[in-house]
Amino acid sequence: MSEPNNLVVATQVRKEFGGLVATDDIDFTIPRGAIVSLIGPNGAGKTTFFNQLTGVYKPTSGSIVFDGTEVTYLPPHAITKLGIGRTFQNIRLFSQMSAIENVQVGMHCRLHSGILGSIVRTRKVKREEAESRDRARELLIYCGLPRRHEERSGSLPYGDQRRLEVARALGTNPKLLLLDEPTAGMNPQETAEFTSFVSKVRDDRGLTVLLIEHDMKVVMGVSERITVLEYGAKIAEGTPAEIRTNERVIEAYLGRGATE
Amino acid sequence: MTSLSDRARRIAGGRRETWLVPLLVVLGLLYPWYEETLQSLPLIGDFVPSTESMVVMIALTMMAVGLNVVVGYAGLLDLGYVAFYAVGAYTAGWFASQQFDQVTFHFFSSVPNDQPGIHISMWLVLVVAGLLTLFAGILIGLPTLRLRGDYLAIVTLGFGEIVPQVVRNGDNFGGFDLTHGAFGIAPIDAVGIPALGVIGLPENFQTSPNRALWYYVVAFLLLLFTVFCSVRLRDSRLGRAWIAIREDETAAAAMGVPLMRTKTWSYAIGAFFGGVAGAYYASFRGGAFPADFYFQISVFLLCMVILGGIGSIWGVLAGGMILSYLDREGLATIGSKLQDAGIDFEPTKYNAGIYGVLIVAMMLFRPAGLIPERRHKIELEEGVHDTPFYDVTTEGTLTDRDPSDD
Repeated sequence: MSEPNNLVVATQVRKEFGGLVATDDIDFTIPRGAIVSLIGPNGAGKTTFFNQLTGVYKPTSGSIVFDGTEVTYLPPHAITKLGIGRTFQNIRLFSQMSAIENVQVGMHCRLHSGILGSIVRTRKVKREEAESRDRARELLIYCGLPRRHEERSGSLPYGDQRRLEVARALGTNPKLLLLDEPTAGMNPQETAEFTSFVSKVRDDRGLTVLLIEHDMKVVMGVSERITVLEYGAKIAEGTPAEIRTNERVIEAYLGRGATE
Repeated sequence: MTSLSDRARRIAGGRRETWLVPLLVVLGLLYPWYEETLQSLPLIGDFVPSTESMVVMIALTMMAVGLNVVVGYAGLLDLGYVAFYAVGAYTAGWFASQQFDQVTFHFFSSVPNDQPGIHISMWLVLVVAGLLTLFAGILIGLPTLRLRGDYLAIVTLGFGEIVPQVVRNGDNFGGFDLTHGAFGIAPIDAVGIPALGVIGLPENFQTSPNRALWYYVVAFLLLLFTVFCSVRLRDSRLGRAWIAIREDETAAAAMGVPLMRTKTWSYAIGAFFGGVAGAYYASFRGGAFPADFYFQISVFLLCMVILGGIGSIWGVLAGGMILSYLDREGLATIGSKLQDAGIDFEPTKYNAGIYGVLIVAMMLFRPAGLIPERRHKIELEEGVHDTPFYDVTTEGTLTDRDPSDD
């Protein structure tokens, strides 16, 4: 089914909500190690597609193959375990838990402590807990959160919450990282920092990244391939240079100003 | 600023607990020995509960701590917890009474060896009751935990009614008398320490002159064990997953937390302690009677959790002891005091109303409970971010869409 150089192969993915077609038979592939962006006007079905990829929604028809495994009808946690980590458009941290605990929840499917072990607190469990804390700390620092690890995540500043969401997603030890509008609400400087951070994560960890983004500077700057959706259908696909000059994309989304 | 005060509070909390815990454990364990001294005190003496009452209070509090795992940690509203109490009590009935007098089987029992029926050592029965109830929790949990919020509450309520009804009508399963119907199973064997009887420890708590004392000491140790497990689990990988589910199910699933399994474990573990407490209480009462397992018990236990502070161990212990004290002795004592003062009012008649008023007052003035859990307090003040998550086993509908996600 899957070609070895493609991490994700989505075929004819369709999702209907009642009469509304949210994603209309989308074919989509993500090459291993690439940074791919998904753009389009609001309501184009980008997040719906994301949610199908992560198992939150089940497609009405079609199939999604991730890393050689059919994931179309798997529950979200199983898909996460296979190696898809994600962030949310509207931040969904566990706001009453500390930053560290958030990342540790992300590690849930990579840890093994059982019930009896946790009650007795065996040496193995203790070691695993300590290691997971250390690793969570490293991830937080890596994602640009050097301090305030024990603090309630809900009390962190907005930008830090975005970074924490990425750290939590990295905690799942993903092969594919899905970022849903990660720079929404960031100022230009933060956005620039984040853009270079995405490339860095990819290079450091050998990840593949799928990005939903409205900020064209980010999209054009970081992605190797761009897919454009409108009304649930794919209207264009190509390199940033190709997309920039694609008539339909300009019509539907970018606007005339983008060509100059 | 918040961070500093947060940290300060946590450090203070930590210190408070380090010296408070051993002190309370020692004071609690020795209660029967200074009970009479307390009771002879002026003014408050009459309000000091007897050791006998304390056993019941502790058994109920233990159930509340178990319920707290379900309601407090995982955030699943369970209105049928009494079902687990019933399963526990009847397990004791099956394995430690004359119910099945077709056979005679003894295993370190506290009764004479020629008594018919299955008589397994009560210690072992406690374990068996816990495990059977855990299994019942999984059975009930698997179909119901796919639901959320109010719907879950309604279905658990249903199971809370089903189990006592089965018990009440279970005296003729194709001619086989499983539960002895409305009469219940009695007598249930006593807890005892058979092998060590020689050095002064009672072989049978029921017939021992210090019946209440012995039952109290064991009940207290069982409660300690429950609290210990509950705290350890809260601070474990599983506990984190419970709290994550409570806060945001969708995000928890996306982070790799298997929703069904994690929820079912909270249900099963909550059930386990309910079963152990139920079996122990049945042994103390000397029987399991279907009339004991009514809906009000479920609500009463939930009130303990809410009054004390959802999710907070200290809170639930306080809430459990206070409410069960009022129910067992407090209201009656207050009533007799009022009688003495010439006021004709019997609070025991209005017990449910009084608990209701208590809960309403709590909701108004201290909604997070007497001793709130840090996280829950903030959740109540600021609200949680959680949108309905459509179940992974069913097809989604329009209402499942989060409009802000597009």
